[in-house]
Amino acid sequence: MTSSDGFSLNCPLQKSDYPYVLLAHGGGGRLMHRLIEDIFIPAFGSQELELRHDGARIDIGAANIVMTTDSYVVYPLFFPGGDIGSLAVNGTVNDLAMCGARPVALSAAFIIEEGFPVESLIRVAQSMRAAADAAGVRIVTGDTKVVDKGKGHGLFITTAGIGEVKSFRLIAPSSVMPGDVVLINGDVGRHGMAIMAAREGLEFETTIESDCAPLVEPVLKLLNAGIDIHCLRDLTRGGLATTLVEIADAAGVHISIEEKAIPVREEVRGACEILGFDPSYVANEGRFIAFLPARDADRALTILKECATDFAPALIGRVAERVPEGHPGLVTMTSVIGSERIVDMLSGEQLPRIC
Amino acid sequence: MKFIDEYRDPQAAARLKREIERITTRPWTIMEICGGQTHAIVKNGIDLLLPENITLLHGPGCPVCVTSVELIDKAVTLASRPDIIFCSFGDMLRVPGTHKDLLSVKAEGGDVRMVYSPLDALKIARENSDRQVVFFGIGFETTAPANVAAILQARQTGLTNFSMLMAIVLVKPAMAALLSDPENRVQAFLAAGHVCAVTGYADYESLAATYHVPMVVTGFEPLDILQGIYMTIAQLEQGRVEVENQYTRAVRREGNLPAIRMIEKALMPVDRKWRGLDMIPASGLGLRPEYIEFDAERRFGLTEYETAESPICISGLILQGRKKPHDCPAFGTDCTPEHPLGATMVSSEGACAAYYRYRRTAIHP
Repeated sequence: MTSSDGFSLNCPLQKSDYPYVLLAHGGGGRLMHRLIEDIFIPAFGSQELELRHDGARIDIGAANIVMTTDSYVVYPLFFPGGDIGSLAVNGTVNDLAMCGARPVALSAAFIIEEGFPVESLIRVAQSMRAAADAAGVRIVTGDTKVVDKGKGHGLFITTAGIGEVKSFRLIAPSSVMPGDVVLINGDVGRHGMAIMAAREGLEFETTIESDCAPLVEPVLKLLNAGIDIHCLRDLTRGGLATTLVEIADAAGVHISIEEKAIPVREEVRGACEILGFDPSYVANEGRFIAFLPARDADRALTILKECATDFAPALIGRVAERVPEGHPGLVTMTSVIGSERIVDMLSGEQLPRIC
Repeated sequence: MKFIDEYRDPQAAARLKREIERITTRPWTIMEICGGQTHAIVKNGIDLLLPENITLLHGPGCPVCVTSVELIDKAVTLASRPDIIFCSFGDMLRVPGTHKDLLSVKAEGGDVRMVYSPLDALKIARENSDRQVVFFGIGFETTAPANVAAILQARQTGLTNFSMLMAIVLVKPAMAALLSDPENRVQAFLAAGHVCAVTGYADYESLAATYHVPMVVTGFEPLDILQGIYMTIAQLEQGRVEVENQYTRAVRREGNLPAIRMIEKALMPVDRKWRGLDMIPASGLGLRPEYIEFDAERRFGLTEYETAESPICISGLILQGRKKPHDCPAFGTDCTPEHPLGATMVSSEGACAAYYRYRRTAIHP
């Protein structure tokens, strides 16, 4: 880079000076957040977006509803533990659940590439129906578009959903309080490593299956038991670490995490070790973190354990009483050998290391 | 996990920390060569466990960081050509050249593909016989055998559309260059375990003796590094100068002989420019004349390039261990992993990226 590229020592602000969108802008890290913060939120200007949550809570007369949307471009379309259809239903259902809502209805829009096998489309549609039934939600409207061969990647799906608010409190980062505990409903990193292994043809002794699953049941059970949930967030792209940083930044708090308390399966750890990945940054599709008062921790863990089949929920950290001076929000992690380090968002995607 | 958890045990780490404190009587400056070790040190906070008078310097052992701007510019030129599929390890895609990086070439329509092995690039060449496939052959002695395997296979199967942009560098000439610098501060080395798994460490003995610098071949887990540091300080305190091996579970003195023979079959030492360290004689590996047809620079007629680097970036001094990342005025402001000015901010093994990710600000100000 030369000085003619226009940076100057006087300007402390980073500039969004990429003239083109990079793949890394979709990685869920800092680059993607810059697109959202610099382009979308200013352009749309609605107050709901200011909450920076997974969905928006809107009041229509007496009814309190939550609305959200998400697009799915996963490749390969079918992978161990799920497919693009189950992902498209669960991802949107989970965003509604993270707002403390019971999912009511979904829309589904399909962008299909010319030449896509109808048989695969049937498989995807059936998988969506099964996932919707499991989550107790109906797919009530949709749209279909076909693009020229070479202009798509087989199949893209966009789903939107509405849900009925079930919580008295506003479940959002702004409700996180000092002293809150941070619970996770299971082990991290499975979805990302399953996709990676399927996409790149990596073979391990045991097949890593995606954790793709609806999160409605555990969330509604927590709410029904009267647990005073302050914030929920499902861990998708960017993984646990990125989600923690998002919440710490949005809530202006210091979250302190114990590395050894984070559940990671052996096969996921092994695959991550080989590729030089940190499981805390790997994507999930059936995991969430919950912020709640310490007094509710034991009861909440018991409920999460009832909902878990083959994975172990855990208490992984706490919200500190104070944020150190000069930090808007902060996440720190006590490493396995006992020292403390800062946890940051990735800038783009994790890339495999070389040697 | 078996063979991992044993090397991350907090009680054993605390014992090693106490032992290091017990034997340290004077200030010492130790350089870890390998970027993988730098990353492990900063991630696990190993430097924070050491006595205050022990300084760890982060060496030039990250292949992404030391690849010259000229080679990156050449990669950008090749990747921009419509007749070429350019294959690279992922880390390399974000390193800034004079004008742009490889990911930007991809966004502009270049066919840039991330691969995990040179053999993946070979497969792409077989499947795309109407196009040229170039693999960015970067790395230290560790990745050299896999690169040679790809070239030997290409020769064996008569592939004419595969070539390599050669950027392999060697550790020992860089260590010698650092030690012969009049401003050298390094008193001892943690030698890179993975490189020594291939090369062995017999070669290092003359280097240690000439410059009177103890070395310990060290692994990558927290306890490996703590034990390597302990063994190094013990040598320094006792006035011994030896090449010792902490990483005995992977490294033998003579190295991996079949791998060495394979490297020698197709590659030979060549002069190479390092980012931050400039030209070091015989510090790279290039193709032997018998295999020169696989050399991408030659195949596509690439000649000397004029290059330009950020005038602010001090990554050269950081790679030489003369400065630390937070000594740089641009660190964390003008230079971040999203907008790196130099390679040490790009690679996950680069010192600046490691500091940015784990140490951007003091936790307890």
